[in-house]
Amino acid sequence: MDKAPILSLRGLTKRFGPVLAADHIDLDLGRGEVLALLGENGAGKTTLMNMLFGQYLPDAGSVHLWDEAGRERELPQGQPQAAIDARIGMVHQHFTLAENLSVLDSVLLGTEPFWRPFRNRRPAREKLLELMESSGLRVPLEARIGDLSVGERQRVEILKALYRDVRVLVLDEPTAVLTPQEAESLFAAVRGMVDDGLSVIFISHKLREVLAFSDRIAVLRHGKKAGEMATSEADAEIIIRMMVGEDHSAPERVAGKPGEVVLRLSGVSVAPGKEMRPLREVGFTLRSGEIIGIAGVSGNGQTALARLLSGLIQPQSGTVEVAGQPRKLTPKTALRAGIGRIPEDRHQDGVVGDLSVAENLVLERLDAPDVSKAGFLRQRAIAEHARELCRDYDVRGPGIEAEAKLLSGGNIQKLILARVLENAPQIILANQPTRGLDFRAAAEVSRRLLEARARGAGVILISEDLDEVLSLADRIFVMHDGHLRETTSRDRAEIGYMMAGQTGPGAAA
Amino acid sequence: MIEVVPRENVSRRWQALVPVIAAVVALLLAAIPLVAAGAPVVPAYAQMFKGVFGSVFTFTEMLTRATPLIFTGLAAAVAFRAKLWNIGGEGQLYLGALAAVWVGTGLVDGSPWLMIPLVLLAGAVAGGLGMLVPATLKTRFGADEVVTSLLLNFIILIFVQMMLEGPFKDPMGLGWPQSEPIIDNAMLPQLMDRMRLHGGFIIALVLALVAWVVMSRTVWGLKIRAVGENRAAARHAGLGVNRVYIGVALASGALAGLAGVSEVAGLKGYLTSDLSPGFGYTGIIVAMLARLNPAGVVLAALYVASVFVGADSMSRAMGVSSFLADLTVSMSLICVLLASFFASYRLRFKRAAAA
Repeated sequence: MDKAPILSLRGLTKRFGPVLAADHIDLDLGRGEVLALLGENGAGKTTLMNMLFGQYLPDAGSVHLWDEAGRERELPQGQPQAAIDARIGMVHQHFTLAENLSVLDSVLLGTEPFWRPFRNRRPAREKLLELMESSGLRVPLEARIGDLSVGERQRVEILKALYRDVRVLVLDEPTAVLTPQEAESLFAAVRGMVDDGLSVIFISHKLREVLAFSDRIAVLRHGKKAGEMATSEADAEIIIRMMVGEDHSAPERVAGKPGEVVLRLSGVSVAPGKEMRPLREVGFTLRSGEIIGIAGVSGNGQTALARLLSGLIQPQSGTVEVAGQPRKLTPKTALRAGIGRIPEDRHQDGVVGDLSVAENLVLERLDAPDVSKAGFLRQRAIAEHARELCRDYDVRGPGIEAEAKLLSGGNIQKLILARVLENAPQIILANQPTRGLDFRAAAEVSRRLLEARARGAGVILISEDLDEVLSLADRIFVMHDGHLRETTSRDRAEIGYMMAGQTGPGAAA
Repeated sequence: MIEVVPRENVSRRWQALVPVIAAVVALLLAAIPLVAAGAPVVPAYAQMFKGVFGSVFTFTEMLTRATPLIFTGLAAAVAFRAKLWNIGGEGQLYLGALAAVWVGTGLVDGSPWLMIPLVLLAGAVAGGLGMLVPATLKTRFGADEVVTSLLLNFIILIFVQMMLEGPFKDPMGLGWPQSEPIIDNAMLPQLMDRMRLHGGFIIALVLALVAWVVMSRTVWGLKIRAVGENRAAARHAGLGVNRVYIGVALASGALAGLAGVSEVAGLKGYLTSDLSPGFGYTGIIVAMLARLNPAGVVLAALYVASVFVGADSMSRAMGVSSFLADLTVSMSLICVLLASFFASYRLRFKRAAAA
């Protein structure tokens, strides 16, 4: 490392029961450096960051900081306030915003003294406007967080960290919900601040971004540091091998054979709701044996479309036809009509965290004869069923009787996948199915979706990851401001412009 | 400086021990007000113990006192599992009692084999309907059931008083606002000679068992737990959240209504407007002490009843106020809440200089 040091993690170790989540991890960060932290789910990234921020007490090891004058000191352990005082900021993957506050209040939260009777918000507002200008991350200041899209909320999170003049900024999967152009402008903005001396730890699964944006790459695997290198010397091949510890191949994709129409939406509109943008006159057809990909920045109507197809809301106008029959969808009739649903928020809608893994696996088919008899649960059959599915779908965790909330995000997604796919649904709604998953888990999801397609299912893939849409979808739609438009283009830039609601510069005519 | 640090890997056995430890601590803490009241501590405790375990009679008195608390405790535990906050147990208890009196004072007559189930059914239905109102307001209009079920208590109590002054008034009651006595064939049988313990206790135990089986072994119980723990996921999985709420409301209200039947047809024989000294509210404490576990409800009800009966006896013998019983029960609840907190978190003390 040739830059002056600012942060050094030395030998950080954390054990959870039998699991060694972090095993003597050393990590150095230089001033004005972007360090990318890569690793699969459960590799120890989050554990490491939680120790840095004092949320976990390390079993061994220490965190060292250098102040502006270059003096080294040790950061007290287990004290979040110490990390905040040391001006370390973090943008979490799962947002930590209060829905009933305005954007301005959210950013100010925790920065104001408790006892001041009157608040002078003008300087704060000016500073924030300035930040928005310089970073290109714009959000309406007076809007309520609850009314913002996921993408906008992420921007608020980043602004919140920037507002506190952080010296070290940790970005956990920051671009998961941004358009390629927004991501570019975010990187440009962060790059500008890095040149001014900000140091960034950048956690991501997107190799392309890591390679384009970082100065140095550290890879974690199974709680250990698997390797570290300058980005200039790295390529995707090396990094992936380091992360998974084996040769990695993307799922093979062969052209499908679309069959009859299984789902047809015509002229469907949905009124805007709480945390939900409207749908405007949306129509498409889905055939068996094909995957349609819906690209777009979150908060442009995807939620409404997914909730509609899940049966959680009803359309204002327009018709939904399943296998040629007009249908009114409720969660129950949607299931009965053969629609398998992989929800966007897997923790909120996908599983009941306090129920066991086995119970969650049968949650959508409690009346099936192998699950219950005369209203009584067939506990042994349920356990057997759970063991089978966990084996087939490689759901790992503390066991089938353990509460589902103890599983990692990737394993929760595999649990949902197992529950959905075991019924061999004719239609699969996969809403952001790989968000936050590592390569291996994401590849597994992709493989399963392709498998379902080969079996003859029609798949609707809603995703913000354009690479994912491009690699999986037979036909591509772009969602913007409640409108859905099909595109034949497979050009990243052109689709990116459509996602922003513009036609690209090339297609201006 | 004090810090709150979460504990990791708390064992189940330890979790189950928490309420027991809390109950013991609360009993020990009761020494403080005892001393303040000027009573000798050790004899007072001995008297309290004797007041419950001193004779067969005192013991059955305690069981008699525990009976309505098991019913109302189950009512709260079942509803709270679905996060349906039924605070209206007291009102549903009175509705159950009123229905029992309506059916059991001569509306119909027959053998005990007909009358007892009929009276129980009437009370359960009345209690269930009592909770159906707040539950419907919740599922239809999103009204907070904490407020509606609580406020309904007062409406129901005044309604009962009105009935006792009017159509239900006993013409032979010398002008007292009380109902006619329930006919003998509709009375729950006494379990032991010359003791007040009655069949309601057995029914309560059976229902606790049933509640436990339903919660842990049936589809409906699983739905209730799913709705309680994560309503959004339950809805997404097509579990019919509103139907679960309505079903739970009916069950919970019915259990509270049975508490009223048990008191009126097992113990008192007629209805007055002071039938319950807040059994409906105490049932909430019982359910919380039991951590919403139906089997635990029985134990918690026995504990609370012991404290009440023991403290009554102590106050008579030592001349201290019987409010000590309320105080001990309240402290138990606080102790349990604190203990559950300390079961999941620990405090770490640090010297400021070290930080």
